[in-house]
Amino acid sequence: MGIFDRDLWTEVFGTLTKNLVRTFLTTLGVIFAIIILVLLLGSTNGMSNGFNKVFAGTATNSMFLWTQTTSMPYKGFERGRRVQFTLEDADLIQKQVKEIDLIAPRIQLGNFEGTVTVNRLGKTSGSSVYGDYPSIDNVSKKRMVEGRFLNQNDMDEAKKVCVIGLDTYKLLFDKGENAIGKTININGIYFSVVGVFKRNGNINFDGENTVHLPFSTFQKAFNTGNRIGWMSILIEPGKKVSVAEKKIKDILKRKYDIHPEDPRAFGSFDFSQIFTGINAVTLGLKGFSIFIGALTLLAGIIAVSNILLITVKERTNEIGVRRALGATPGVIRRQIILESIVLTLFAGLIGLIISVGVLHIFDILWGDGDGFPFSNPSVSIPQLIFSFSLMILLSTLIGMIPANRAVKIKPIEALREE
Amino acid sequence: MIEIKNLHKSYKMGSNSLHVLKGIDFSVKEGELVAIMGSSGSGKSTLLNILGMLDEADSGTYNLDNVPIKNLNETKAANYRNKFLGFVFQSFNLINYKSALENVALPLYYQKVNRKKRLQKSLDYLEQVGLKEWANHLPNELSGGQKQRVAIARAMAAEPKVLLADEPTGALDSKTSYEVMDLIQQINDKGNTILIVTHEPDIAQMCKRIVHLRDGVIEKDEMVEQVRASQYV
Repeated sequence: MGIFDRDLWTEVFGTLTKNLVRTFLTTLGVIFAIIILVLLLGSTNGMSNGFNKVFAGTATNSMFLWTQTTSMPYKGFERGRRVQFTLEDADLIQKQVKEIDLIAPRIQLGNFEGTVTVNRLGKTSGSSVYGDYPSIDNVSKKRMVEGRFLNQNDMDEAKKVCVIGLDTYKLLFDKGENAIGKTININGIYFSVVGVFKRNGNINFDGENTVHLPFSTFQKAFNTGNRIGWMSILIEPGKKVSVAEKKIKDILKRKYDIHPEDPRAFGSFDFSQIFTGINAVTLGLKGFSIFIGALTLLAGIIAVSNILLITVKERTNEIGVRRALGATPGVIRRQIILESIVLTLFAGLIGLIISVGVLHIFDILWGDGDGFPFSNPSVSIPQLIFSFSLMILLSTLIGMIPANRAVKIKPIEALREE
Repeated sequence: MIEIKNLHKSYKMGSNSLHVLKGIDFSVKEGELVAIMGSSGSGKSTLLNILGMLDEADSGTYNLDNVPIKNLNETKAANYRNKFLGFVFQSFNLINYKSALENVALPLYYQKVNRKKRLQKSLDYLEQVGLKEWANHLPNELSGGQKQRVAIARAMAAEPKVLLADEPTGALDSKTSYEVMDLIQQINDKGNTILIVTHEPDIAQMCKRIVHLRDGVIEKDEMVEQVRASQYV
């Protein structure tokens, strides 16, 4: 008589289907518990997916570095001085700070956040124009609509090519027009378009009204020498951005004779902090969901156990008869525990079906909303396995209470009861 | 088949102790049909419960088919009951959500007989008690007499050494009682050992031997001329 014995299950289902209304009501608690658990987990996953979508293509372990004005006098220099980053600075820190994976220096035409007029066949756009290293794509991935991004060949040969954002494309080209190979005019110099990109998820610091030139081309075309505007720095996976950030700033402060304590000379933005924060939030929400879900489940299963206790009381006579006919305490105990497990799993399955349906509705309602990071709310297979294991475990443990009560019934007393 | 020596049993009722069985010596041979008679409080049900291993004696020995019955834990008692004994109760005690066939098959289920064999055997026994056509009916669709016949079929299905019947006709009218007794006599005719607790003299007269209990001792143990129940049916 193994666990897969057909008769055992016939016995279990026989008793459970005897009173269908009560069986269903008994399971309501567990059904709701599973709905709550799955909805909470699913929504948390949805938020997590939503954030991932927002940051898709952005290297999480990265930082920006730019110069500001000094706030402290040092070595004869007055405060209020502003240093200019050059390519040598990038080389210097790349060499000295081993945490750095790669540096993508960038220079912008005009002022920071300023725009330049770009012309094409009488159409104009006010766009940001950048000189970029192709490696910038590793820090902030561009989603190409047409063509390609800048490559090393463009850099080496200082080709007069550019990649433009979708907004720039819309301003300069007719709808449906093929931009690849066409030229645009920036400050009297012509560049041919090799690619059009669009925003990648929700985070894109550059926007889409931008023109990206190879850095070397930019240098020559606009005579900027070795100057750079700011650097995107990718830190090796597993290394702390904040540690690298301190090292980089210390090196640069020494080089430019800036007071070591000056907090304002360089500006920087540590991406990993945002990610750590968000990960902590979603992780916390997940833990909270599991905690609430498990407790609700416990309450639901205790309700099941309670009903089974009542059933045992009602079935006193039946259990007595079974005992008189030769049912051992083990057989009785196993049957009651199985009833507890079956009820719980059955309820869990119903709850799961309902909650997956509800999650699907959530997805339709808010899944692709731009306002709130929420995407593809669903529960993972490991989470499902966890939930069902938890149900089996709890229902077994708690099923012991009515099971032991049933075993304690003396057949002689049970038979006397009418 | 059954050997009982100097059996004592008392129940604690608060501070008092009620001495119910005061030294019973009693034996039953294979194939006997014995009626245990006595007024209420005479200890006849207690005796039957001890014989049925539903209760344990305080002292004395009990051998069933040369197996000493003592120091039983619940599991052992269940196995012995399943192997040695068939029970018939006054209130039938059928499981009400199981069909007649499933009720009969229940002891075989606990004997771990496989399903096909079990149902076949149960159907045979139902046929023997004349209820083959009712096999798939629930107990509440059966009359009292039919219920008791199902209960007898259930008791016999496990092929016990001894059939113990506690007031088997107590809830039945006299015509149905005789039908049930006719069945019990037929079963006894095949060589089965049967003990019946009853307080009805006419039922007792249909057995082969009557044991009179009074105040926890055997007052009289007599062989009787068996009255066949079939003449009343």
